[in-house]
Amino acid sequence: MSDADTPQSGTRLKSASDPSKWSMVGKDPYQMPLEKIDLSHPGIWQANEYLPFLERLRHEDPVHYCAESAVGPYWSVLKYKDIMQVDTSPQLYSSEPTIGIVDQFSEFTLPMFIAMDPPKHDVQRRVVQPVVAPANLKILEKLIRERVCRILDGLPVGEEFDWVDSVSIELTTQMLATLFDFPFEDRHKLTYWSDVATAIPGAGVVESYEERWQAMQECLQTFTRLWNERVNQAPGNDLLSMLAQGEETRNMPPMEFLGNVLLLIVGGNDTTRNSISGGVLALNENPQEYAKLRNDRSVIPNMVSEIIRWQTPLAYMRRTALVDTELGGKQIKAGDKVVMWYISGNRDEEVIEHANEFIIDREKARQHLSFGFGIHRCMGNRLAEMQLRILWEEIMERFHLVEVVGEPQRVYSSFVKGFTRLPVKLHPH
Amino acid sequence: MVKIVFREHDGTEHVVDAKEGASVMLAAVTNGVPGIDADCGGACSCATCHVYVKEEWLARLDEITPMEEAMLSLSSDRKDNSRLSCQIEVNESLDGLEVQTPEFQY
Repeated sequence: MSDADTPQSGTRLKSASDPSKWSMVGKDPYQMPLEKIDLSHPGIWQANEYLPFLERLRHEDPVHYCAESAVGPYWSVLKYKDIMQVDTSPQLYSSEPTIGIVDQFSEFTLPMFIAMDPPKHDVQRRVVQPVVAPANLKILEKLIRERVCRILDGLPVGEEFDWVDSVSIELTTQMLATLFDFPFEDRHKLTYWSDVATAIPGAGVVESYEERWQAMQECLQTFTRLWNERVNQAPGNDLLSMLAQGEETRNMPPMEFLGNVLLLIVGGNDTTRNSISGGVLALNENPQEYAKLRNDRSVIPNMVSEIIRWQTPLAYMRRTALVDTELGGKQIKAGDKVVMWYISGNRDEEVIEHANEFIIDREKARQHLSFGFGIHRCMGNRLAEMQLRILWEEIMERFHLVEVVGEPQRVYSSFVKGFTRLPVKLHPH
Repeated sequence: MVKIVFREHDGTEHVVDAKEGASVMLAAVTNGVPGIDADCGGACSCATCHVYVKEEWLARLDEITPMEEAMLSLSSDRKDNSRLSCQIEVNESLDGLEVQTPEFQY
């Protein structure tokens, strides 16, 4: 995932050209030529103006070519079934060299199977898969619940605070530390390394490639030290012990080890964080659904899937066509960039009934595209669902209402769909 | 109608009448058999309709396609008798088919 976050970097876009030239903010999607619509610029995502753009394209040009953009020419795939076709055809649409909309320009690339094709992808993924399998997660559930409770019990009641900072970030950071059994007092390093791994030098996190390289080296050294400690210890239930002690994983080369560790960290960081925030906002915007939840908490597992659909914490995944092919009546050429907008497929009325409504007890809630489908389907999906389920069970134990009391602020990115700020006030039962 | 027996991880048995031409996955879902999620709706692309087929029935099933193989191979719970139930089409020769659902679908 190292490269995927690049579009969120304002610096990259600003240095490439005047951002206002590419921004769609404030424009009416129905009052502009179809071919001018460009979803890649982060502006409409941060301004929360993307939905009508997606809607027009879904209805009028569901496989859409954008010839000119800050990130070059690319195809957008808007409809559920077309997205499904691309996602399940790795022989036509490659995940290499990158799954981000911006072409990779870093020389420092860790081996990560999210940006690999079969057979290498399958081999590497199979090695890591058991660590996030439900059987192992069950063991961690009690500890995760304890930490969730501690965070919720420490929140101020009746006064305004930022849910993103105090809950979403704190919780995902603590959960990462729990899952890796990482030294708890150093847990913020995990978030830092996750940010660094996806950062473009100059965009705020690190200043140069050297600085990034140094941070990654520190990460590798820390994890190598922990690995060496755990490899000879009694069998542990944390992800790191499982990797260090596992038959198939104990001899992994260092760079592959680091790549896999980072994929686990990055993959579960922003995504879960923003689904935690997004759920609070969605329930506030749909009070009848909040009432449903209060009346029947058994709806929580289903609601979790609906929150993940509604938020779609990663708006897209990018593929690259390997051969000339056809999609939705359009001719795709080998080498073309093809972007699957999961966020749009999740609103496709042809497949999802009342797709533009947030319905916590909807039928077939798990059919959403947020995890992708096919061989690259999100490996940690059950872990993400478990975290959100525990969180909402414990929120409902304590609070009648988590009230949104101010304007949410959103991430400047067309990839990471999330929040930087969500002011709330807690109302206990 | 064709009889299919689903056995849960804990041994609970569900016997359903399945429609010929439909998939075993669909027979489970339409009859409310637990343990089959089928997130992708039968597109062979999520592996959450994973079942273990009782040995004596394996030979009567169509061969595993490369796509089914790709999805199955990513599961840590894969066994020799693993199949995705959305890829098993119900027909007369499968009357009495027995499959077991795994403890978790993922």
